Amino acid sequence: MDLISRIPTGPIRDKWDRHRFELKLVNPANKRKYTILVVGSGLAGGSAAATLSELGYNVKCFCFQDSPRRAHSIAAQGGINAAKNYPNDGDSIWRLFYDTVKGGDFRAREANVYRLAQISVNIIDQCVAQGVPFAREYGGLLANRSFGGAQVSRTFYARGQTGQQLLLGAYQALEKEIAKGGVTMFPRTEMLDVIVIGGQARGIVVRDMVTGKVSSHLGDAVVLGTGGYGNVFYLSTNAKGSNATAIWRAHKRGALFGNPCYTQIHPTCIPVSGEYQSKLTLMSESLRNDGRVWVPKKKGDHRAPNEITENERDYFLERKYPSFGNLAPRDIASRAAKEVCDEGRGVGPGGLGVYLDFADAIKRLGEARIRERYGNLFEMYQRITDENPYKIPMRIYPAVHYTMGGLWVDYNLMSTIPGLFVIGEANFSDHGANRLGASALMQGLADGYFILPYTIGDYLATSRFDRVDAGHAEVGQVERAVDQRVRTLLSINGKRTVDSFHRELGKLMWDKCGMARRAEGLREAIQRIPLLREEFWRDVNVPGSDAELNQALEKAGRVADFLELGELMCRDALHREESCGGHFREEHQTEDGEAKRDDEHFAYVAAWEWRGDGQEPCLHKEPLAFENVKLAMRSYK
Amino acid sequence: MPTLNLKLRIWRQPGPTAAGRFVEYDARDISPDASFLEMLDVVNDRLMQQGQPPIAFDHDCREGICGSCGMMINGVAHGPERGTATCQLHMRRFRDGEVIVIEPWRARAFPVIKDLVVDRSAFDRIIQAGGFISVNTGGAQDANAIPIPKGDVDRAMDAAQCIGCGACVAACPNGSASLFTAAKITHLGLLPQGRPERERRALGMVAQMDVEGFGGCTLFGECQEACPKLIGIEAISRMNRDYLRALLTVRPTANGGGGD
Repeated sequence: MDLISRIPTGPIRDKWDRHRFELKLVNPANKRKYTILVVGSGLAGGSAAATLSELGYNVKCFCFQDSPRRAHSIAAQGGINAAKNYPNDGDSIWRLFYDTVKGGDFRAREANVYRLAQISVNIIDQCVAQGVPFAREYGGLLANRSFGGAQVSRTFYARGQTGQQLLLGAYQALEKEIAKGGVTMFPRTEMLDVIVIGGQARGIVVRDMVTGKVSSHLGDAVVLGTGGYGNVFYLSTNAKGSNATAIWRAHKRGALFGNPCYTQIHPTCIPVSGEYQSKLTLMSESLRNDGRVWVPKKKGDHRAPNEITENERDYFLERKYPSFGNLAPRDIASRAAKEVCDEGRGVGPGGLGVYLDFADAIKRLGEARIRERYGNLFEMYQRITDENPYKIPMRIYPAVHYTMGGLWVDYNLMSTIPGLFVIGEANFSDHGANRLGASALMQGLADGYFILPYTIGDYLATSRFDRVDAGHAEVGQVERAVDQRVRTLLSINGKRTVDSFHRELGKLMWDKCGMARRAEGLREAIQRIPLLREEFWRDVNVPGSDAELNQALEKAGRVADFLELGELMCRDALHREESCGGHFREEHQTEDGEAKRDDEHFAYVAAWEWRGDGQEPCLHKEPLAFENVKLAMRSYK
Repeated sequence: MPTLNLKLRIWRQPGPTAAGRFVEYDARDISPDASFLEMLDVVNDRLMQQGQPPIAFDHDCREGICGSCGMMINGVAHGPERGTATCQLHMRRFRDGEVIVIEPWRARAFPVIKDLVVDRSAFDRIIQAGGFISVNTGGAQDANAIPIPKGDVDRAMDAAQCIGCGACVAACPNGSASLFTAAKITHLGLLPQGRPERERRALGMVAQMDVEGFGGCTLFGECQEACPKLIGIEAISRMNRDYLRALLTVRPTANGGGGD
């Protein structure tokens, strides 16, 4: 299979503008003849569904929650980047492009990243027009703050709830279109398979999560905006329902999976407090604008933090990376935290934690200013830990947060299945091997508002669509396969709960394929995961029936998919004999413990093809060319 | 830290039309650091190990922002902690041996689907009736073209924080959705971008509230006490003012050629 990226030729600054002109259009009067199925209603899916409907297409949108407003984009805290340069501190489209390519450790497609930076300015305009209440200065203009991996203040925010406000903007636009009749919404509906007819994605099979009924929906294109797969680790900052099922089933139908091992571990999350822990709570990166990260200099120093004097403290991020300090990018900050904890200098119960201290900021700015900037985050922290971060430093530890990997897409955001588009975190896209803070929100909205609506038009205008209906053989086949799988899960009646398998997989993935990986551990995981998977299909117990709301059944299907995806992630991590961004191989590091890339052999996107149960997947490579940003050792010192 | 042993009385209802009842469960060895939903996870885990159907409840983000979770805990929407959603409530708020009664949101407009899961789609339909700004994607002017007073934006943000959980409805003796509706009306009405549709929005959303079967507001104020985002009832005053002004000033739009 040839991976055709469809990157336009010509100077990078002009690629997207020229491409938009060259893309074929669908006549306004013809748009209503097309039906587009959008799965997922978050920033990417919601904005796409709304925009496509505004353009005149018939849209059906699906989400598994009870309302499109529950998508996990809602939880994003810190902010959204854009190259507006309002603060006049040296930002530009070029600089945002450069920072993102560098931040991705030179493993992203330059053209995609440039386009993202270019579109970022339109996103902010659109959000303000929708009534998103971004923070403003007293003069009435928009406020900015800085985020990791950047030396300019380019992040727009709404307190510590930027994701919520951006999602509500898209959700409100979506509801406006539902009211007009352009979008039909299907909440509490889970997509379980893709229908491919004549080599084109023509529909999806879904399960109604209230009645259990399995049915299909047909259309002319399918769009997946279904988020990331961080929950393969069981504990992550994702929502409990976040899952990889939609992209995984599409993968098994022919959509190649790009860079599955590029997972992001966020440095500042609230540490685990017990066995019953169900998820990890993010403390926004924006806190690192004002908080200072430290651990005691001496190993085994268990004194209360306020008893440890200044020169007994190791502000390790400031020490190791003087020019970025506490705003070092996530992968670097996470590894640094792990390093000091592995040395025995961690704080809190279990020694897995570092301090994020606001004492200096409070002294400098006053508690009121800190409360204004981060109020809700401080409250969130206090509720969970019962500690007051205005008085004693926050305890934080790295946690799985985001996945840069996802289904492979070309410049038009189309996967290797014609007519199957993938947007937002679900695609492998623009962040390379490490995503910078405040850029996920940017990418989701760029894809949904400003890229997909154009590129999908080109696909529709240049493709031939045979009439398909529910009677088509392929439709029946896929529906029956989905139904069969559901029945199988319910009939096993084993002894272990779904969660027990999920926890075991999560721990294995965290230990062997987490922040630091090595060949030996990855091989062990590749051996053990299939055994765990077999045990799952032999011994899982899913109570209840399929003809009702059955949360255990929902979870079972998702965990079954994680048990396959986890193996692919380990294979990808094993084959990539280098360290880059969030993928850190202990065997490939510099003398001072930084990631050591091998640009000569690994400057490519690893796109994996599913070959069937029990078969090893097949690797395809998309070479990456860096014509505009010089390949360099990524340094934040 | 000593663990807690609690007695739970939980509403079980197998389906929308089935009869429901309270069932008693023991929650043993619960860590005070566990969250309320993690406590229910533990109870469910034990139920499933015994081959019993687990208690169904909506939840997702587990960090108080998505609005999925919500239950009456000892008769209080989201439980005893002010400004806290159910998923953010931690077991250290309860005493060893305490009895905890757990019920779904109770309102005619929120029919029960199963156990603690209710249908809140009425909220989406209220938003469809005007809780948006009618602007299509693309062509927006520069974001800084219209300065907005910081105070207005801050107040808009206070109202915009609504997570759509429905606690306000559940806490209200009339089952009114006024705080939810008013929060959105306030958020959008405070911003210049929301002004052109301010009257139309109030008329549409208030009318939809009535269609859905929510009760009217008689200013009990229970809603603001239950709201996990501490939205205050001054939003309802604003909604009422907008609605009244709309009744007095809105004229039916003339029919004409071109445009929608």
